[in-house]
Amino acid sequence: MHGLKTIMKKELADHLSSYRFLILFALIAMVSLVTAYMAGVNLSKELEGIAKPRHVFLMLFTSAGIRISLTQFVALFGPLVGLVLGFDSINRERNEGTLVQLLSQPIYRDAVINGKFLAGVAVIAVMMVSIVLMITGLGLLIVGVVPGLEELGRVALYLVISIIYVAFWLGVAMLFSILFRSMATSALAALAVWLFFSFFVPLGASAVANVLAPSTAEAAALVRRAQLERALSLISPMELYSHGTVAVIDPLRRTTRSLVQVGVLEQLSLTRFSGPLPLDQSLLVVLPYIITLVALTCVCFGVSYTAFMRQEIRSL
Amino acid sequence: MAAEAVIVTEGLTKVYNGQVAVDHLTFSVYEGEIFGFLGPNGAGKTTTLLMLLGLTEPTSGKATVVGIDPTREPVKVKRVVGYLPEHVGFYRDLNARQMLRYIAELNAIPAAEAEARIARALDIVGLAQEADKKIDAYSRGMRQRLGIAELLVKEPKVAFLDEPTIGLDPDATNRMVELIQQLSQERQMTILLSSHQLYQVQRICHRIGIMIRGRMVAQGPMERLAAEKFGIEGEQHTLEEIYMKYFQEA
Ligand SMILES: Nc1ncnc2c1ncn2[C@@H]1O[C@H](COP(=O)(O)OP(=O)(O)O)[C@@H](O)[C@H]1O
Ligand SMILES: [Mg+2]
Repeated sequence: MHGLKTIMKKELADHLSSYRFLILFALIAMVSLVTAYMAGVNLSKELEGIAKPRHVFLMLFTSAGIRISLTQFVALFGPLVGLVLGFDSINRERNEGTLVQLLSQPIYRDAVINGKFLAGVAVIAVMMVSIVLMITGLGLLIVGVVPGLEELGRVALYLVISIIYVAFWLGVAMLFSILFRSMATSALAALAVWLFFSFFVPLGASAVANVLAPSTAEAAALVRRAQLERALSLISPMELYSHGTVAVIDPLRRTTRSLVQVGVLEQLSLTRFSGPLPLDQSLLVVLPYIITLVALTCVCFGVSYTAFMRQEIRSL
Repeated sequence: MAAEAVIVTEGLTKVYNGQVAVDHLTFSVYEGEIFGFLGPNGAGKTTTLLMLLGLTEPTSGKATVVGIDPTREPVKVKRVVGYLPEHVGFYRDLNARQMLRYIAELNAIPAAEAEARIARALDIVGLAQEADKKIDAYSRGMRQRLGIAELLVKEPKVAFLDEPTIGLDPDATNRMVELIQQLSQERQMTILLSSHQLYQVQRICHRIGIMIRGRMVAQGPMERLAAEKFGIEGEQHTLEEIYMKYFQEA
């Protein structure tokens, strides 16, 4: 326990004082703020003259700013934060000989990876929370919306899921930093996995679905094809995350199925026919995705754990 | 010898993918002595030290350090053993003081006590002036001395020093040897040191063990090893002569 705390403290201090973290944070804060700002400006234009509907605050996160919404941005590029924080966490220490030094102190071996992982998660949490806070402030300024209690709850939930999602990628990066001695190799491997799941799987799912269930004029076939594509794309953590957050942050969604992109007014007019889901109902819709995401993170960490515990640690 | 055995091994063996690195090693180190582990590169010295620390699992055989089995209770062993690795690694972004603080914290030494020990240790190894410089800027000799400072902060009963003088210039080597002697005389540490540099071993070790290709071919005080090999008591032989004799026979 003692070792875990000490290592976590040091890792946290290392992260927060590193240029790597500062650059990453500046980059992400900049993009988020620009996206949210554009979304805010669009929103206040569209909402001019009509009574403020419910959940306007959440639209800061879900409506498209420049090209993509903030939630889409996190889904796509959030993993990079995890990868950058973790790709050299073990192999750097191994190469510089500090790992032997560390492990010859009276601490349990798992304290090293647990401490590093937890410190990484803490950094991710700090990053995400401060970005959401900045966006909230921006929303107040531009759109003049004050989030309600339920909206705050939804944002908090969204934050938790996002942190788990990025932590999953941190776990992937740490796994590679254990498996590969070279930092360049582990960075490349982590990047490859990210590209595969974030770009290849969604495209590949559509291609495979096309082959397995070719579209015909028949409605049933179309539905089958759509279902297959969806199931296949869920291999990707990004898709899991997108499905998992969409109903949380967007109360108008009753399912996690993707809708045709619609504008704010169309979205609002939909509410006439279907009221927003209460928070607990939304939670129910997305729970399976969240659980899967947590399970994936655990599996990834578990593999890292076993690999690290059995590894020869000498620096040759 | 009346002193108690601190390190005891019995048939300690390590096999790496079919290649024997340490071959049925049986030896003891007694309280307060400096035991010199002597052997060419690849003899299995580092592997033995790692097994005694619980950082590498033996393929077979037994070992105890201060009565503790390092394979079963590695953390307990590491509480009483200080280790200076062959390739000392430090966090480059820290300065000496921060590094020693981190070591103290990992050893659960209370902060006030740690500060006192750190100040004393830096003084002894002669790094007090450079304590606030980043370790990145340290020379090899300074790093090695910082490694000794770590041992002074940790104050272990037993110290494993793996090739403590390798890559040092003669001046730095002398300094290092003096520091090691100080650990032994002033702190009563039991020291197991490995080296392939014969001269230093001869200067400071009470007993030596000669290791060649994973096997310990001889152990004991130098005079006895000399007597065994050359058969004439009292005649002075350098360690080098003794060593070469064993090496040629192996
Ligand atoms: N991780 C490893 N995998 C395979 N062989 C190893 C490994 N580590 C050391 N060895 C082998 O074990 C032998 C002993 O190495 P070592 O203990 O480092 O010798 P020394 O410290 O005496 O120079 C060498 O032949 C080395 O090649
Ligand atoms: Mg060695």
